[in-house]
Amino acid sequence: MTQYEQWNGFNGRLWKDDINVRDFIQNNYTPYDGDERFLAEPTEATNKLWGKLQELQKEERARGGVLDMETEVVSGLTAYGPGYIDEEMKDLEQVVGLQTDKPLKRAFMPYGGIKLAEQACTTYGYTPSEKLHEIFTKYHKTHNQGVFDIYTPEMLKARHNKIITGLPDTYGRGRIVGDYRRVALYGIDYLIEKKMEDFNETERHGMKGTDFRIREEVADQLKALKEMKEMAAVYGYDISQPAKDAKEAAQWLYFGYLAAIKTQNGAAMSVGRISTFLDIYIQRDLEKGLLTEAQAQELIDHMVMKCRMVKFARVPSYNELFSGDPVWATLEVAGIGQDGRSMVTKNDYRFLHTLENMGPSPEPNLTVLYSSRLQENFKKYASHISITTSSVQYENDDVMRPVWGDDYAICCCVSATQTGKEIQFFGARANLAKCLLYAINGGVDTKSREQVAPAYKPVTSEYLDYDDVMDKYDKMLDWLSKLYVDTLNMIHYMHDKYYYEAAEMALIDTDVRRTFATGIAGFSHVVDSLSAIKYGKVKVIRDETGLAVDYETEGSFPKYGNDDDRADDIAVWLLKTFMGKLRKCHTYRNSEPTTSILTITSNVVYGKATGALPDGRKAGEPLAPGANPSYGAEQNGLLASLNSVAKLPYEEALDGISNTQTINPGALGHDAQERVENLTRVLDGYFNQGAHHLNVNVFGKEKLIDAMEHPEKEEYANFTIRVSGYAVKFIDLTREQQMDVISRTCHEDM
Amino acid sequence: MKEQRELTGYIHSLESFGSVDGPGVRYVIFMSGCAMRCQFCHNPDTWNMHSGTQYTADQLLAKARKYRSYWGSEGGITVSGGEPLLQIDFLTELFKRAKAEGIHTTLDTSGNPFTRKEPFFGKFQELLKYTDLILLDIKHIDEEKHQELTGCTNGNILDLAEYLSEVSQPVWIRHVLIPGRSDEDMYLKKLDNFLQKLHNVEKVEVLPYHTLGTYKWKELGLDYPLEGIESPSKERVENARRLLHADGGGEKTE
Repeated sequence: MTQYEQWNGFNGRLWKDDINVRDFIQNNYTPYDGDERFLAEPTEATNKLWGKLQELQKEERARGGVLDMETEVVSGLTAYGPGYIDEEMKDLEQVVGLQTDKPLKRAFMPYGGIKLAEQACTTYGYTPSEKLHEIFTKYHKTHNQGVFDIYTPEMLKARHNKIITGLPDTYGRGRIVGDYRRVALYGIDYLIEKKMEDFNETERHGMKGTDFRIREEVADQLKALKEMKEMAAVYGYDISQPAKDAKEAAQWLYFGYLAAIKTQNGAAMSVGRISTFLDIYIQRDLEKGLLTEAQAQELIDHMVMKCRMVKFARVPSYNELFSGDPVWATLEVAGIGQDGRSMVTKNDYRFLHTLENMGPSPEPNLTVLYSSRLQENFKKYASHISITTSSVQYENDDVMRPVWGDDYAICCCVSATQTGKEIQFFGARANLAKCLLYAINGGVDTKSREQVAPAYKPVTSEYLDYDDVMDKYDKMLDWLSKLYVDTLNMIHYMHDKYYYEAAEMALIDTDVRRTFATGIAGFSHVVDSLSAIKYGKVKVIRDETGLAVDYETEGSFPKYGNDDDRADDIAVWLLKTFMGKLRKCHTYRNSEPTTSILTITSNVVYGKATGALPDGRKAGEPLAPGANPSYGAEQNGLLASLNSVAKLPYEEALDGISNTQTINPGALGHDAQERVENLTRVLDGYFNQGAHHLNVNVFGKEKLIDAMEHPEKEEYANFTIRVSGYAVKFIDLTREQQMDVISRTCHEDM
Repeated sequence: MKEQRELTGYIHSLESFGSVDGPGVRYVIFMSGCAMRCQFCHNPDTWNMHSGTQYTADQLLAKARKYRSYWGSEGGITVSGGEPLLQIDFLTELFKRAKAEGIHTTLDTSGNPFTRKEPFFGKFQELLKYTDLILLDIKHIDEEKHQELTGCTNGNILDLAEYLSEVSQPVWIRHVLIPGRSDEDMYLKKLDNFLQKLHNVEKVEVLPYHTLGTYKWKELGLDYPLEGIESPSKERVENARRLLHADGGGEKTE
């Protein structure tokens, strides 16, 4: 059994024999049942650094969203010397390390696509290097080039018409969470040793392509591990050995994460489930008298500050999809262990407390793994933080734990992967609302007039007939699911080939499980449209060419979001049907297909590309985000709406079912105590029914309108709101998206 | 034998998430009909007795039950209005069935229909058997002012408060605070004196007057009598809370 002196005082043995961070956590963490009164205020150092960072953020906003950009150096683990928030205050930083040499400076990352990296520069007034252009067009291929080299004409057309959309062919796929805790627990040398063992294991007689690939990948991982040591050495740290105390553990872990964000610009770059893990180190130091609570909080504050600084160079089309500069540095707290013990430690409080010490913030994307069985004290503290900051999301640990165990991390906005054992191939989404229009119009797109899908028989009747539409929709969904998966397969093949995540994969088991994450857009509109056809009367309005371009709906019909089974049953049917079709497709590297009902802020762009629908939504209007009911559909209050969403079976949408709700403070109760109490009951009630996810915003519409009109007001500088799948500073959204957020249902009091 | 028709109630509207009408998270049933004409009423659309949808008690409970998972140990159903006591037979039926399932029942009433005369009094005593909590609105302690404000006497309402104290029925007293109409110190002190004599009051809630319901008056083609009156200031609300010994420490503002 391996033994390091850094492990003194830690219990258990399995994790010593082999890489097994979960086993280490389960054997060593200290659940905390108390309340938040132990928490410490920010230290002077925290205030100084955070003050500086806020100045930089202000300047960044003043410069149109980008403070500084690299144009000459290709980002990599060892591309830069050390960088600090402020050179003069560098000794105050408890956790060091920047993506580049300067704070908030965006790195140049061409491997995903040189054109995009260059466009990101020119968008913000920077001139990309000619030499790098030559290298990445003449001598080195990129992921983006690889994909476009092999796309079929049908794929290009479907992509162009945005029936499949937001695809990770123009940006890093992300959603791969390295087990950054391994760096702290084991040190790099041990990880190299274990990866070498894996490498040697792959040797066999009669090796073929797949064997070569694994050997090449592990070789790349080994290289990345070695470079991580060099990267840390630049900052004066030797991470070859395990971390000896809490400060080192946080630093080592962050270096692991830093390696990921220096090499990949994925749409989601999660930090993972680190809170309980780090608490073990903090607790050991507290008990030994090496650390005070104020120092412990400082360490967490500084780590979180680093997560608030992660930046990538993005192009305008990306910003339209994922507005407000998000990176999804998702970080989880709480959850319940397989043995039934709550995993809430003091550190889970500390992470939430960063939102008080340094104010609200969209990053890191703080996620509470919720169960009604969590300590009442903790549930109330989380509710309190939600009410005061609107910066937290909740995910149901009780539905995820049976599938992913008790050491999963949220790899993007809402979807779970087992830490260090699993990765996800992210696949954006298919627009099922648009697909319904294709079914009605025989594959012709009402916007472009192109024949995008096969020319199946269109609907010819004056009024839509439910059975007729369902029959045609089923065929069109068949086509879409196949094309969608085929397209994603190509994307991920090329991503593996040209933009492999060596640093993250180095911190994940070599024998890795892969999921294939598809997604659904336009969900509520399809449900309401089918309900309108079934329970109301929908007349087709055709243009001069006979194309169905609009609908007149007579009579009332049940809508999703009112706890009415007639509509909600259609919702369940739609999810199951689409997922069933995906399961029939071959997926890249034998990954397991999953789907999500999650749109991020892309509901606005997707809506622009989608024609009028039978549910009464006009052409071009935003789609409802994620699994949310449509705008104005909810007529029976918050809980009726939540109940509708709670009916969607998580096992059919293992990639996540995102729901965002905004509640007026007055509607939650008369005073602070009542509000905390009532929000906790809402969360209990919703998740006890098996719902998956909830974003909670607590503010009134007036505040949003005022923030839109007066973004310069100091109070709005960090005003954070939850949108589908993440949080964003409200003033960083485009006006169009701000209007969209404002128009969404806000649950007011009567 | 002729089949007995099941009792139905006229329901104005339903709210799945009530958090300000009784303890915890509650399913709120707004019943139709009210004889009072309070100048500050924010639900004038509930005045008409037969304007709602008819439901049986079972139908309502089936709807309410869907939200049970949100109620925890405190929540339940609240019947508000309108004035629920105008449909006391139906109300009793509803609460009786709710209690049989262990659901916490709260009645939000103005007390206006209350009398110690039969047949009402006997029915009311029956209702109390199935009522966990009563939210009793006292609009004004002064008879003359009460008449001005609501068009009705407060004599029987104060009598109801005393009766509920006699039978030890848990009560929350609610007082809507309207600048210049119901926020004068003199009357607040008088109200407090009255409340101090009761021994069943678990909580006193001061509800700051708001203008969110005024649009409904316009929609109904009615002149809004309190036009121009704004919500009370934070100071006045705090003052009233102090004078009325209202707990909860007061409204936390964002």
